[in-house]
Amino acid sequence: MTIEFVYFAWVRERIGIGGETLDVPAGLATVTDLLDWLATRSPGHAAALADRGAIRVAVDQDFVMPDAPLGTPAEIAIFPPVTGG
Amino acid sequence: MIAARVQAAAFDMAAETARLTGGRSDIGAVVTFTGHVRADDGLTALLIEHYPAMTQRQMMAIAAEAWGRWPLLGGSIVHRHGRLLPGEAIVLVAIASAHRGAAFAAAEFLMDWLKTRAPFWKQEERGDRLHWVAAKATDDAAAARWTAGGGTT
Repeated sequence: MTIEFVYFAWVRERIGIGGETLDVPAGLATVTDLLDWLATRSPGHAAALADRGAIRVAVDQDFVMPDAPLGTPAEIAIFPPVTGG
Repeated sequence: MIAARVQAAAFDMAAETARLTGGRSDIGAVVTFTGHVRADDGLTALLIEHYPAMTQRQMMAIAAEAWGRWPLLGGSIVHRHGRLLPGEAIVLVAIASAHRGAAFAAAEFLMDWLKTRAPFWKQEERGDRLHWVAAKATDDAAAARWTAGGGTT
């Protein structure tokens, strides 16, 4: 399954890129499983994803909880808690 | 309806208000809020990043939620992005209703939810030093009071 990943704020800085298209292995059941896999890709990915309480995930532009089923998303965004307004 | 948009350019609050009330005689109350950049601790600029594909969608969802909760007659939400200097306005909420109660409540609700649900991130610039702003528990608490079961983000 091919997924478009996009990163924002310090997640983007730690990973070192604003986004990437990745071929994701089969068998990842939840968002947490996906993050676990993503964290193995580079030291930057690992650093960005180390503190799961400090990141938020959106699947196809909607916020999801870590235990949400992964499904077959087109785009996954990873970022810190939002600070607009 | 409540119009929502994201832009780099400055906005004109008087023009936004005039657009809501022009030609209408049923509006009895317009509540406006603008958030501005403070020069806290030598801050030289605020850099605002956002997630365009999600921002518009979240702002529309938040606007629709307010529209469903209160008897409103119109509204505007404008959020800026990019590099803003101290004193500049970042965000505008303008809400029109027949009476002030709904307009005050909806404006406060919209700001609380914008701060916790719209995908914007602030970075503080002090000279050549940059610092990402951390989310505040007080903002989460403010947003959660509009939801019986608490916040979802």
